[in-house]
Amino acid sequence: MLYSEKVMDHFKNPRNVGEIENADGVGEVGNVKCGDIMKIYLKIENNIIVDVKFKTFGCGSAIASSSMATEMIKGKSIDDALELSNKAVVEALDGLPSHKIHCSVLAEEAVKAAVRDYYDKNGIEYDKTKFCDGDCCHCGKHQDVEE
Amino acid sequence: MRIYADNAATTRVSKSAVNAMLPYFEEIYGNPSSLNTTGQIAAEALGKLRCEIAELINAKPQEIYFTSGGSEADNQAIITAAKTGEKKGKKHIISTKFEHHAVLHTLNKLEKEGFEITLIDVNENGVVKAEDVEKAIREDTALVTVMFANNEIGTVQPIAEIGEICRNKGVIFHTDAVQAAGHIAIDVEALKVDMLSVSAHKFHGPKGVGFLYCRKGIYLRNLIEGGAQERGKRAGTENLPGIAGMTAAMKEAVEKIDENAKKLIPLRNRLIEGLEKIPHSRVNGDKEKRLPGNVNICFEGIEGESLLLLLDEKGIEASSGSACTSGSLDPSHVLLSIGLPHDVAHGSLRLTISEENTVEEMDYIISSVTEVVDYLRQISPVWEELQKGTREYIL
Ligand SMILES: Cc1ncc(COP(=O)(O)O)c(C=O)c1O
Repeated sequence: MLYSEKVMDHFKNPRNVGEIENADGVGEVGNVKCGDIMKIYLKIENNIIVDVKFKTFGCGSAIASSSMATEMIKGKSIDDALELSNKAVVEALDGLPSHKIHCSVLAEEAVKAAVRDYYDKNGIEYDKTKFCDGDCCHCGKHQDVEE
Repeated sequence: MRIYADNAATTRVSKSAVNAMLPYFEEIYGNPSSLNTTGQIAAEALGKLRCEIAELINAKPQEIYFTSGGSEADNQAIITAAKTGEKKGKKHIISTKFEHHAVLHTLNKLEKEGFEITLIDVNENGVVKAEDVEKAIREDTALVTVMFANNEIGTVQPIAEIGEICRNKGVIFHTDAVQAAGHIAIDVEALKVDMLSVSAHKFHGPKGVGFLYCRKGIYLRNLIEGGAQERGKRAGTENLPGIAGMTAAMKEAVEKIDENAKKLIPLRNRLIEGLEKIPHSRVNGDKEKRLPGNVNICFEGIEGESLLLLLDEKGIEASSGSACTSGSLDPSHVLLSIGLPHDVAHGSLRLTISEENTVEEMDYIISSVTEVVDYLRQISPVWEELQKGTREYIL
């Protein structure tokens, strides 16, 4: 099989699907041209992610990665969420095929984009270099994670 | 329940093909090149099979060269015409944008070796215009190669018209008939084709066997050097079981072409009509000039791989031209060639049915696809934007 059981489980029964009305932070990364878009909604109270939802346009591993990533940051502090790496998502999913690793990168970046939106909305200072611009077709920054 | 609807990828080997192969493992196992009795029995059988194949496309037995399948036949045909042309200073080749990679990648290789390649546009309906081919022909054109029927969208090309043009202009004409053979009648004389590729596993024959038809008078070049098999043009001890299976399968398919088409076309049309009811969808390729078993449709706002996986869960086996399934960032070159934007090409679904499928299966496919597309749209941010009006519908 192409995917692990964990991936198939999160793909078939994705956790935290949907939208949050008046979310405190919304992040969207990816590009329809490349075939993946992830959108993450955060509800934040006292620096804690009290709720998170996502919507994803993409392949099985993209949907599974978003589902897993949202599970991993739910109830965590913002700082913890920013620490979420694509590697951790891949490990939690019991691995992804090498040509699908970019889906986990997308999940990591979607979380960051949502936090950044929260920072922007609330006038909180942050280090811009740590966030991506969401243009996955032209980023090329993640080659090192391909293996 | 499992519904196999991926017959353009490959087919189930028919009972008659299996039965035709069996004697070649334990009884007629000789090497046709051996002078002993066992070998000569095999040689005789091979000769007979070659005659039978030739008859099915109205060719002569000496014009049939058995190969390992469609890819090899395509490679050999193109390399042959290129080398023949080169000798006369002709280094221009005409083809189309939506050929199989067995053709396109061979042409890429030739381009690097100094050949000039013209890839003709495919119209929005996925059918090449013969007049476009005619216009592209030059003094130095060595080959025209246009596929008989496309493997993704199933559109059938005006092969007889192109054959006529090429014959009049004295240009070698090759057609990749891998998807057409056994599904559409082929007469190489009437069609005026010079070379034609066929693969057994697309019409209920075994995998790894096919043939190249090469008109008498064209000097075929070897891809594989070695023994003198296939009149010295293709070395390697012949795959007799495979050739026997292919011959039986092709005979059966050709005999039943009309019967199968009569059964398949209503099934295909039922499927198309049912799936077209899904809003913001589009059928890819001409609905008339189309293989009897091919359905290809795009759904806006969703991605093809996730659609395939969920359909597989429901027992439906299909394929898609999305980037995720092609293993690159780009969706299928075929869908792009008919002018589909990337955005919707990612959401394509190919269902290729066979005469083994039923009406009930079509209805089950329609309801399942409708359900899965609806679900995937609900979790798609692209669909959300389309619905909210912040993104414009393409379909
Ligand atoms: C149009 C076309 N040409 C060539 C091929 C290659 O045939 P084979 O798999 O026998 O090498 C295929 C099958 O995938 C095909 O659909």
